[in-house]
Amino acid sequence: MSAYEAIILTIITASTPLLLAAIGELVVERSGVLNLGIEGMMVMGAVCGFAAAHVSGSAWLGVLAAIMGGVAMSLLFGFLTQTLITNQVATGLAITLLGLGLSGLIGSDFVGLPGVKLANVSIPWLSELPYVGRLVFGQDPLVYVSIGLTVAVAYLLKYTRWGLIIRAVGQSHTSAHALGYRVIAVRYACIAFGGATSGLAGAYLSLVYTPQWIENMTAGRGWIALALVVFSTWLPGRLAAGAYLFGGVWILGLYAQAMGLGIPSQLLSSLPYVATILALVVISTNRRLSVINTPASLGQGFVPDR
Amino acid sequence: MQNNSNNCLHTPLLRVTKLTKKFGDFVANDDLCLSIETGKVHALLGENGAGKSTLVKMMYGALQPTSGTIEWQGQTITVANPAHARDLGIGMVFQHFSLFEALTVVENISLALPPQLRQGNLSQRIASLSNEYGLPLNPEALVADLSVGERQRIEIVRCLLQQPKLLIMDEPTAVLTPQEAQALFATLRRLVAEGCAVLYISHRLEEVKQICHDATILRHGQLVAKVDPQVETAATLAQLMVGSSVHQVNRQANNDVGPVLLGLTHLNHRSSTPFGVELLDINLSVKAGEILAIAGVAGNGQSELFGVISGEEGDRSDCSMVLMEQVCNGLNINQRRQLGAAFVPEERMGHGAVEHLCLTDNILLSRHACNDTPSPLNRGLMGIDRAQLATLNSTIGRDYDVRKGHEDAQAGSLSGGNLQKFVVGRELNRKPKVLVINQPTWGVDAGAAALIRQAVIDLSRQGSAILVISQDLDEIFELADTIAVISRGQLSAGYAASQLSREDIGLMMAGSHEQNSVEVGA
Repeated sequence: MSAYEAIILTIITASTPLLLAAIGELVVERSGVLNLGIEGMMVMGAVCGFAAAHVSGSAWLGVLAAIMGGVAMSLLFGFLTQTLITNQVATGLAITLLGLGLSGLIGSDFVGLPGVKLANVSIPWLSELPYVGRLVFGQDPLVYVSIGLTVAVAYLLKYTRWGLIIRAVGQSHTSAHALGYRVIAVRYACIAFGGATSGLAGAYLSLVYTPQWIENMTAGRGWIALALVVFSTWLPGRLAAGAYLFGGVWILGLYAQAMGLGIPSQLLSSLPYVATILALVVISTNRRLSVINTPASLGQGFVPDR
Repeated sequence: MQNNSNNCLHTPLLRVTKLTKKFGDFVANDDLCLSIETGKVHALLGENGAGKSTLVKMMYGALQPTSGTIEWQGQTITVANPAHARDLGIGMVFQHFSLFEALTVVENISLALPPQLRQGNLSQRIASLSNEYGLPLNPEALVADLSVGERQRIEIVRCLLQQPKLLIMDEPTAVLTPQEAQALFATLRRLVAEGCAVLYISHRLEEVKQICHDATILRHGQLVAKVDPQVETAATLAQLMVGSSVHQVNRQANNDVGPVLLGLTHLNHRSSTPFGVELLDINLSVKAGEILAIAGVAGNGQSELFGVISGEEGDRSDCSMVLMEQVCNGLNINQRRQLGAAFVPEERMGHGAVEHLCLTDNILLSRHACNDTPSPLNRGLMGIDRAQLATLNSTIGRDYDVRKGHEDAQAGSLSGGNLQKFVVGRELNRKPKVLVINQPTWGVDAGAAALIRQAVIDLSRQGSAILVISQDLDEIFELADTIAVISRGQLSAGYAASQLSREDIGLMMAGSHEQNSVEVGA
């Protein structure tokens, strides 16, 4: 494998969990909900996935368990913010803290145990093509899932009635309610979808990236995913580009460290956040383009009239 | 048509009998009987709070009556919800549209249609229907880019796609220019000619006389009269609505104008909000003792202009703004208040007053930095002068007839008209030398509106310069010495009120002045 192949491969593996977690959060935010609990849902996905795969020996059961772990956390968030109308920011932070603590507790017996790695797809002949074969046709299955999900979400939001309803609910929940749409049900569904993809992102970490359980193994990726959604101005295409950009920056940091370049690693690991702040600045100076996609009722609780 | 009207004598399209709606102890509709007939425009008249909206919401299924019956084409029915009403053939155009700004016209309409009507090429059908009825609409346009009149067309077209038998319109002309209103009337006439019935809610009596065949008048939840609007005069209708003759606003001609107290030259301003309007080369001047009224359809830059003059929108331009003969560009709203200016914004709740604060606290909010009370209300470390605030509150309450639950009620507990009287009273109580007031009587009943307008006129006759921004032409003609018109962020020159007709203003609202280079106003 050539050096360039190795670099691109590591970038793909670094970017995929970001893309998975962010594409779900994009749908959640398009429906008008701000879930800051991605990190907590991801880490719960990671520990559930690892535990289930270790116990059963099947990586795919692990993936399923990770999805369920993420969904469970997101439904807790949904119940608190949609049914009990708690503050979404505070609840999201609580979900993150709860997820980090709970996953440590669940995972305490699994530290240092060997994991099960999700096998790479290997299409005979195609994956042996020079240069691109391994990169395009020989990845692990979740890479294809992440790309498929991005395309599906882009299509859903732009061309389907479901997508229209999600956008309407995120634009103005009072108007959507007045027209007879079930705002809270739509938001629950979006939150659960966000939980599922965050769980999947967690599974990617504990079943593909480093097939073992390490406490706090998400290492802030949930926050980068959250930043990514804003960076993308809520557009799936830009989101995918941003995920690979941020993943690339992340890997660049590691290489820079390994090669002993004089760049402090903290500087490089802060780049995604700096990029997000710059994106926010650009958005606020040229709002016409991005505001169309910005969910106007983002983060506001909805209480229907009696 | 002839057959239809004969049938109607026996079974009207919609009949309500002894309809009552109570909210707790409050009776919003008391024993109302009313019938609406095919092929006619039926007016529902009444002051704010008379119970018009409650009645209409029961017909549309948004509220359920406490007692009484609703008959649709002779059958007693229960309208379970708005979707049921639409299935029956009842369409409604609301005063405040439930539109999604960031979605396109066709997306908005599609969201509101039942599944069977979404089939096929909806864009195509919207385009052809809107052209057919003289309501041109581009189905792919983003709602945020449309004027208020165009937004109303979306609602009307949405109703028409469902081929309603009864169309309910809640104050449809409140947001239209006179020409747009005439176009709407033509559409309505065509609809009734095709056999549709229209229930037309309004408090504009001239237009009721113009297009309505029947009129029902409500007051305090009770039906006070059923009249033929063609034989009544606007004055008799008004008297029926209010219950006593309406206080006429008294405005003496003013020959005694003084120096310019508020002036703007070549103001260009880009809005800080995404869908805001850019102000282009605005020139205006208001002299002591003069009332300048700015007419225009909502959303043409009025709030931006208000924000720039009050100092709330940071003004980064290099134009010169003069207040009390001082350049005031860099000053914030409190510094402008200290120069003697006062500001009444359009939204009384949330901008003019804070809902959950009591009235005295609300007085403090706009007056804490003003230096024209006998002693400062806010004495820094010495605290707030509560006693003086209470005195001010009772003075404002008395002078401006603010009706409230108790002396220092929460602002949110006041009705719209009373809160507006409070907000206006709070500013006028200072006797400001310059007053800028945006939509002074929006959504306020006739009695309160007359009081507010008289107070504004009295202030100007004491030598203050007053800038009124309004979309209500009746109000503008009642108040203004000079009239200018704003459209798409451009302000026309100022003309003496006596030289202008409504049609002139309507043409300017539609932008006739935009082509010419704008002259210095007033």
